[in-house]
Amino acid sequence: MSLRQTVLPILTILAGIIVLWYLAAVWMNSTWIYDQAERAGTTVSFAEMVPQTMSLDRPLLPPPHQVGAELWKGLFGQAVTSKRSLVYHGFVTFKGTMMGFGLGIIAGVLLAMAIVRFRVMDMSVMPWAIISQTVPIVALAPMIITLSSQLGLSDRDVPKAIIAAYLSFFPVLVSMVKGLRAPDQMQLDLLKTYGAGEAATFLKLRLPASMPYFFASLKVAVAASLVGTIVGELPTGAIEGLGARMLIGSQFGEPLIMWAALFAAAILAGLLIVAVGIVERLARKRMGVPA
Amino acid sequence: MSALLFALLVWLAAWALNVWLAGSPVAKTRFGKALVPLIFGATLLVLWEGLVRGLGIAPVILPAPSAIAAKIATSLPMLWQDFAQTILKGAIPGFLIGSGAAFLTAVAIDRSPFLQRGLLPIGNFVAALPIVGLAPILVMWFGFGWESKAAVVVVMVFFPMLVNIVAGLQASERMQRDLMATWGASYLQTLVKLRLPAALPFVFNGLKIASTLALIGAIVAEFFGSPTFGMGFRISTEVGRLGLDMVWAEIAVAALAGSLLYGIVALIERWMTFWHPSQRH
Repeated sequence: MSLRQTVLPILTILAGIIVLWYLAAVWMNSTWIYDQAERAGTTVSFAEMVPQTMSLDRPLLPPPHQVGAELWKGLFGQAVTSKRSLVYHGFVTFKGTMMGFGLGIIAGVLLAMAIVRFRVMDMSVMPWAIISQTVPIVALAPMIITLSSQLGLSDRDVPKAIIAAYLSFFPVLVSMVKGLRAPDQMQLDLLKTYGAGEAATFLKLRLPASMPYFFASLKVAVAASLVGTIVGELPTGAIEGLGARMLIGSQFGEPLIMWAALFAAAILAGLLIVAVGIVERLARKRMGVPA
Repeated sequence: MSALLFALLVWLAAWALNVWLAGSPVAKTRFGKALVPLIFGATLLVLWEGLVRGLGIAPVILPAPSAIAAKIATSLPMLWQDFAQTILKGAIPGFLIGSGAAFLTAVAIDRSPFLQRGLLPIGNFVAALPIVGLAPILVMWFGFGWESKAAVVVVMVFFPMLVNIVAGLQASERMQRDLMATWGASYLQTLVKLRLPAALPFVFNGLKIASTLALIGAIVAEFFGSPTFGMGFRISTEVGRLGLDMVWAEIAVAALAGSLLYGIVALIERWMTFWHPSQRH
């Protein structure tokens, strides 16, 4: 497919979204301006109202350029170590995401290995792994945080990582179970005729065969891990991280802070997914898979 | 200490029983397939109870399952009120509206490959975003009542559903569509009789994802403001008061509601897509 066929539709949709957003911003912010005018005993015409909706301090819906300006200020307007810098908060969230992601991968892969190897694990653990995902983790999040502080872990990294890992282990587990079972009977038989033991079969056949499944699951897992980290930052007064920025914006009635944090989280999500894609491509090349 | 030892013994015995069951012909039957995970789950509870009693863990850290069960039994009206507020008024209407809107959008852009090519990558990207972050904004817009919770759920389920339905509508094969064309079927007939049924496995896949997202959205939104009841509200206030038995009771209700919603979707799926290979076992 040519560039024109892939990029043009995306740009069209994006432009449409921005136009709709501006219209919505005018519509939603106009109420406040009319109210203000009425209170002051003056009237505003439509032509006067529209520019005013574009630059309110606390708009109900900030127009895109206001969000962009706030985002720019947060990302580049101050030293990266400042508490007001979104780079700083983004890095805190990134750290939590990576810890949870790593923990989730380890848990997912180990569980998948046990489930594929032992029938009893497959029968008893797999249904509970599925049920575990229907439990809304956010219900557990505040408790995991208080629990870890009572156990003497004052720092929030561990509970955040646990919540993120809880969300990200599942896609890895499901894909790895599928992947480790991907070799067919012929291939397994061939290895048996070579006299390969269980360890050799695992390392030389099952593990390489599972890699495409593994990498496919990583993209889902890293996004889930980011959601988990942000949820872990939301409740009970965190002060660092993008989730905490959203909470602060909500508590102090500063919509611009919320929107900027939201978009910073979106940028972080995009970067993480691209990074996982690059790692996948490198690994595929290293393993000799034709691109 | 003896309670812990006893629990460990029960755990080991049950595990041995499971190993034996998994290797025996019973495991092939439906009864065996349900029994093994049930035994495993029950032993987890026994182990938890033994751990709490044997090591004397304070209830503010981890209450025993028996204490949680007692709490559930004594606070049923409160749990029901929270359940009705969060699940019946927040999660389920949001789930239905969001899925319905995604369905209508997918059908609306079905005739335009241009819009689909534009919307699919964006939808895929948005589906991966932490949309829960919109919760404070939507609470600000729609107030503290259940409407804001339903709105969060609508936004959360919309994009995963949209991506799945658009993919599903492309799932019918060229041969099948050609056959419909040779029968002189109109666009609408092809849509209703071939492409929508063919899309169902994808739709249900999306619905399953959406059913868990719906609960997450409804509960998180309550952290940002709610009336003085609701599961998210109860959890955050009881955690503050260290009433962990109540928190666990709410978690049990949430787990039950989540599994139930997922189970209902899976049941309808089995009933509507009986022809699909994944349902034949």
